[in-house]
Amino acid sequence: MEQIHPLTLLFAAIFTNNILLTNFLGLCPFLSMSKGKKSALGMGAAVVFVMASTTALNNLVHYKILIPLGLEHFRYIVFIVVIAAFVQLVEMTVERFFPPLYYSLGVFLPLITVNCAIFGASLFMIIREYNFVQSLAYGAGSGIGWMLAILTISAIREKLQKSSKLPRGLEGPAITLIITGLLALAFLAFSGMIRVQ
Amino acid sequence: MSQLIIGIIVIAGIGALLALLLELAGTFIADYGLCRLNINNKKDLEVEGGNPLLFSLAEQGIFIPSACGGKGTCAYCKIKVQEGGGPVLPTETPYLSTQELEDNVRLSCQIKVRNDMAIEIPEEFFLIQEFTVRVKNIKNLTHQVKGLSLEILSPKEGISFKPGQYIQLEVPKFKLSKEPEFRAFSMANPPQEPLNIELFVGRVSKGIVSTYLHDYLKEGEDIKVRGSFGEFFYRDSNRDILMIATGTGLAPIMSILRYIHSENIQRKTTLFFGTRRKEDLFCFDELKGLEKHLNDFKFIPILSREPEDSSWEGKRGRVTALIENTIKERADIDVYICGSADMVESCLERLINKGIPEGQIYYDKFT
Repeated sequence: MEQIHPLTLLFAAIFTNNILLTNFLGLCPFLSMSKGKKSALGMGAAVVFVMASTTALNNLVHYKILIPLGLEHFRYIVFIVVIAAFVQLVEMTVERFFPPLYYSLGVFLPLITVNCAIFGASLFMIIREYNFVQSLAYGAGSGIGWMLAILTISAIREKLQKSSKLPRGLEGPAITLIITGLLALAFLAFSGMIRVQ
Repeated sequence: MSQLIIGIIVIAGIGALLALLLELAGTFIADYGLCRLNINNKKDLEVEGGNPLLFSLAEQGIFIPSACGGKGTCAYCKIKVQEGGGPVLPTETPYLSTQELEDNVRLSCQIKVRNDMAIEIPEEFFLIQEFTVRVKNIKNLTHQVKGLSLEILSPKEGISFKPGQYIQLEVPKFKLSKEPEFRAFSMANPPQEPLNIELFVGRVSKGIVSTYLHDYLKEGEDIKVRGSFGEFFYRDSNRDILMIATGTGLAPIMSILRYIHSENIQRKTTLFFGTRRKEDLFCFDELKGLEKHLNDFKFIPILSREPEDSSWEGKRGRVTALIENTIKERADIDVYICGSADMVESCLERLINKGIPEGQIYYDKFT
């Protein structure tokens, strides 16, 4: 397979293959944290960091430990454990040494452990046979793409809250899902520009 | 076969390695050393850092009220943190008003002790003590409610409380819990018996504490309680009294009624007691008896789900309907309400509509 340049991959993961808007992964925190721009930004930044580092980390674990031992079929369970442990470790470190960062970002970290987008990125990285640098680029790109999506939605939701009266049945997650669908359609226009697999 | 064994060993190895890493991080990174807590500018305490303020204070024998046991849902554990609390957390903001934010009020269960802090604790919290009690008697009041009689073993002087207040009961670690759990229960006995505590415990499906108290607790067992807490208690005045209780919300009301009885207080009193069915009513005989013994007391039970064709001759419906239909517009009455939050809210609204001043309505929401 032709190797995609890491920068191309980064771009692709943000725009053409946005993990939220094309794969619809990581929806739960997306729906619950998109009420305001501030919390969306914190959550987004946390996702960027965790996704980039765990995808790269899982790449190492997969190719340096699991493949040589012939244990690829265990990757699901190993990836989940690695992500959970990593997130907890980062949370502890940030809480101890960077209190200001902890208050703005750290409170979101435990929420991410169970974010399926994080796990999804690690699995895509294996299926698409990315090397280490590509994995890092893909993880970072997917994170930035996720952050872009949640920031957009939170801005729209804030506007919506101020300016319009919705029917009761459409409030909250319902209208968010509809807008997300429309946004996904818009992003569909980018697809096909770059083939990532 | 060897593949399988290698697989198990490697997975277990990775798991163990990560667990070890986290354990090491826990001891080295999350080690905050000793922190100094300055309380009311009067005394300094040294505590081990890293734990929520509420629990650090409890270890030092200072018990801040908390009904949810540190889960951040009851918002009873508010205290002023003047220094060292850090910025307000997203888990606190829903419970703090603008005024409270200005006054540096925080939820002590949510903020951790990471450095030296200066805090303000109301003097009355220092009166809160921990008691060792022995379970004297467990009684089935209905199939969903048990009555617990507890006898205070230490301190010997017993507990002092106002009728209507509550204690926190500690349930030890057992099958359903990872650590001791605390929940609030109101005393049903009057304060004239300082060595006794009587509680009504309703069964909550899948509730950790109520399951323990219903299915595991044995007579003769020793447990710990802390108290007394709460702003819901009997106030002296010459006005008539209306009491409204549903379910186990009867407990503090019972305490007040028994107090009124033993102190021979001559105030016209009415009690609305709502349950679902006839078999859910408890203390029925005692309340009926109080109608004879008290100077001017009326007891009106009301059932919300009693079948149409049963032999029940009393009222049917909800307590809110009783307020609508039987309470006249008036201002010269004190009201005590205790039960579920929804019930209390809807009663409050109706009572205020009847012209009763808000300051004369006292309530305790059970969650």
